[in-house]
Amino acid sequence: MSPQPQAAVGAPLSRVDGRLKVTGQADYAADRPQARTTSLGGTPIIQGVVHAVVVDSSIAVGRITAIDTTAAEAQPGVLRVITHLNAPTLPYRDNAGSNNPPGRRLRVFQDDRVLFHGQPVAVAVATTLEAAQHAASLVQVTYDAQDSSTDISAPDNPTNTPQTYTRGDAQTALASAAVRLEMTYRPARNHHNPMEPHATTARWDGDQLTVWDKTQWVIGGTQTELAAVFGIPVASVRVIAPFVGGGFGSGLRTWPHVTVAALAARETGRPVKLVLTRRQQYFGAGYRPAYEYAVRLGSDGNGRVTAMTHDIRSETSTYENFAERGILPLGQTLYNTPNVSQTYRTVPLDVNTPVAMRGPGFATAAYAIESAMDELAHELGIDPIELRLRNEPEADPSNGQAFSTRRLRDCYTTGAREFGWSARNPTPRSTRDGDWLIGTGMATGMYHTLRAAAQASVRLDADGTALVQSATIDMGPGTYTSMTQVAADGLGLPMRRVTFRLGDSVMPNAPLHGGSLTMASVGSAVQNGADQLRQQAIQLAVGDEQSPLYGADANSVVVQSGRMYVSGDPSRGETYERLLARNSRDSLEVLGSYSPAQSRFTIDAYAAVFAEVAVDARLGLVRVRRMLGVYDAGRIISPKLADSQALGGMVGGIGQALLEHTVTDHRDGRIVNANLADYLVPVNADVPDLRAIYLDGEDREADPIGVKGLGEVVLVGVAPAIANAVFHATGRRVRDLPITADALL
Amino acid sequence: MHPFSYTKAADTREALNAGRSGGRYIAGGTTLVDLMRETVERPGTLVDISALPLRQITVTERGGLRIGALVRMGEAAAHPKVRTTYSVISQALELSASAQLRNMATIGGNIMQRTRCTYFRDVTAACNKREPGSGCAALEGFNRSHAILGTSDQCVATHPSDVAVAFAALEATVHLLGPDGKERSVAFADFLLQPGSTPNREQAIRTGELITAVEVPALPRPLRSGYLKVRDRQSYEFALTSAAVALHIRGGVIREAKVAAGGVGTVPWKLPKVEQHLIGERPSASLWTAAAEQASDGAHPLQHNGFKVELLKRTVERQLRIVGGDA
Repeated sequence: MSPQPQAAVGAPLSRVDGRLKVTGQADYAADRPQARTTSLGGTPIIQGVVHAVVVDSSIAVGRITAIDTTAAEAQPGVLRVITHLNAPTLPYRDNAGSNNPPGRRLRVFQDDRVLFHGQPVAVAVATTLEAAQHAASLVQVTYDAQDSSTDISAPDNPTNTPQTYTRGDAQTALASAAVRLEMTYRPARNHHNPMEPHATTARWDGDQLTVWDKTQWVIGGTQTELAAVFGIPVASVRVIAPFVGGGFGSGLRTWPHVTVAALAARETGRPVKLVLTRRQQYFGAGYRPAYEYAVRLGSDGNGRVTAMTHDIRSETSTYENFAERGILPLGQTLYNTPNVSQTYRTVPLDVNTPVAMRGPGFATAAYAIESAMDELAHELGIDPIELRLRNEPEADPSNGQAFSTRRLRDCYTTGAREFGWSARNPTPRSTRDGDWLIGTGMATGMYHTLRAAAQASVRLDADGTALVQSATIDMGPGTYTSMTQVAADGLGLPMRRVTFRLGDSVMPNAPLHGGSLTMASVGSAVQNGADQLRQQAIQLAVGDEQSPLYGADANSVVVQSGRMYVSGDPSRGETYERLLARNSRDSLEVLGSYSPAQSRFTIDAYAAVFAEVAVDARLGLVRVRRMLGVYDAGRIISPKLADSQALGGMVGGIGQALLEHTVTDHRDGRIVNANLADYLVPVNADVPDLRAIYLDGEDREADPIGVKGLGEVVLVGVAPAIANAVFHATGRRVRDLPITADALL
Repeated sequence: MHPFSYTKAADTREALNAGRSGGRYIAGGTTLVDLMRETVERPGTLVDISALPLRQITVTERGGLRIGALVRMGEAAAHPKVRTTYSVISQALELSASAQLRNMATIGGNIMQRTRCTYFRDVTAACNKREPGSGCAALEGFNRSHAILGTSDQCVATHPSDVAVAFAALEATVHLLGPDGKERSVAFADFLLQPGSTPNREQAIRTGELITAVEVPALPRPLRSGYLKVRDRQSYEFALTSAAVALHIRGGVIREAKVAAGGVGTVPWKLPKVEQHLIGERPSASLWTAAAEQASDGAHPLQHNGFKVELLKRTVERQLRIVGGDA
């Protein structure tokens, strides 16, 4: 098979759905029932939609002793107020999939127990949103409140069974180390805060349930979970999500409100739309848990790290044990440390369950480990990059496997050159600009390259256009665009003749849209489908006596602009349209697929992140002046989209480092800053000069299209780079995130 | 949001009539509608006063400025007279909210805006301001953003306005029109009320009274003034601390000094001791430091806002230097 010319992949193309988004035509879950049909799909207007508003508990733990819905139900337009007193029993079949952590998931309106502040305790359904909101505010709930525990730092918290990892003998190595450091880092709880609120529109047609939902996983996630909750066949549930306005992980589970919407629709016999308020996002979906991450580090005098221990705690709920899969690997793989010991405990608290958030686990581990490395560099007077180079492994120190591609050295070198690292005076508090202390810092990022089985259907129509479909999601990275690029090159069609559709559970199966696995997995399935289809057309042509390609070697035929031709003889060929018309074929169709192969390599994406900050010497304000990320992420399919990812990751990391902090009032579990005025995310003025560089290359061990995933690794390492720059600027080491003026006065 | 009725007043008399019978005035709506959505505010009747002829900025006979109550924040900030004579007002406005909000919100509404205390804005929390006698969740709760000055055991919420800090510094006057058609004026210092034992009473305004204008008195020229807002985020956030400073320096000596602080008080916090320390002195770095040293006098920090005691001094010191010079 001749290699296809790559016209679209690698080109800095704009989003194919950009116009729809900026003209307001992209319909998100809450835009129903005003949905219209667009070139990317869409659904007919849903008739008769009514509105549901959730009532949240105002205590953390206890029992509901009474609910008075009289006033609410008396309001004009109110159809029903559903509580545990009148809700039907829902089967809640076991479902270990759908990202449900071990435990017993929250069952809406099934009993009188309250497990966290903000738990749904009732829902008001009315013909207008205003009536539903008003009715919800009139529901009177009386509680028998019990003492709650929501503070991970409280002494004597019980913990779940720890996860551990050991290599060598860290204790002994620490005892004999020339230099020993011991630090505890405390990154705050963060909320995803996607711009689009979580929203569900649910409709029952007999026994068939359709939901338009904000989700990152239509089939394995929402469809499967709703089937389990309602005890109906998976085939009876359809989930539609053509546009998702940001997720960052918050759409990786089917949260209680999705069930509430479907339940309300069933109880009222009407399609129901339910949109969480911004406040409700803070307890109605998940969050990045708060951590306490204690590091002990032993080194020889030359900066060779001989031992590292990690004693890690993160918050989870009392009803589910959410343990972050990504918290341990970085501490095992990033540095060639012979003696490592890790203990990871989750602390059950009276809170709702956390969920993965961009760079899950890795971002937290990198904050602690990369801060600790910076502390060691300072202690030893070794340049932070040099220290990392001295501990760079040749093979994966956790299992001895070779790395498929690991180009951290290149990341450091390129980053240092482009950032101007050599001009740095290593002495903290040595650079001033008026009232501002200037500091620079760097950190390493890493994220494992995840892949999962995926399918994509590819259909070539007689008019020479193609339709590619897969039940994946585009929460913002540009899946529509990148998949169209891969398909266009595979089919030999221009971008405008290829349409990619996603976000519907009737489409071929795709894995969750998270963990940076969509491009690798769905992209490989799309490429496989496009290759198959192209080959099918070529086979048809070379076997067709009336084709100019008759008798040609199929392996020598390539396709460009919809025309098949012999690669050494461009005049010999014909278009797809002619071939299909002559053969009276309406279309050709294949199912592309991808299954990850077992690899004998360790496959990860890497980053070197550099930051320059200014800290007001008297007022303690920290402002990022510029950042640079250098990424070893394999092949870059779509450079403009990659920049969106990388810059967005830096923005998220700036928030994590300097602004974002979900604050809980531990007296009653109330989140006190559950809004975007008090939970601060960076604004434009906070993100002045951000730059991303991608090392040229690809990783064919990772997947057929050579990508290693980008969406997560771009956040990992940002917060420690900033924290290290703050130390360099001020000489003050702050070990809590976010770093605010309070700590620097 | 609770149901309410809405009327739009065609003129001042209609507005006052509606106000007398219990209607709540609404102009830009940027605070009131927010609070209605949270059911913190539950007005039965809204009286839209945006058609009233209160959108002028005029120079008074004595050379001060009279800013109509319905002048938008954005308009006031951009007004050449405001910008040239009272840059502290322009700066305070421009560091407030967002451009979108400044294009809606009015000067009258700005000084009437209610606190950002999150317990006040959460109807399931105890709040004496919202529900007298229910307690104050902020006293022992998360109170990083709360006041250190002018607090009581009933309430520790800050007044959120920036421009009100400038008005307090400049000793402005609030002009009011009563339902009986009578006008009266209240000194800005008396207009916003400290919580004491009645934190639900926030302004010295009577039922049905309408704010018609805020008047800023004439000050001797040349007047150098400016506003410094200290916050975690570069933009679009309420102040941790702020300082409004206006100085009249002639012959190398400070003749007049007007200083107030924001983000730290239950009302915009005038700093007379700082002012007195400055008057008659020559500008110098040590003067700024010494004067600012008294900015936090009488502060009562809470569990999470203790840093404001020092931050306030440094904010005032910095702004004195920015306005008064490095000399």
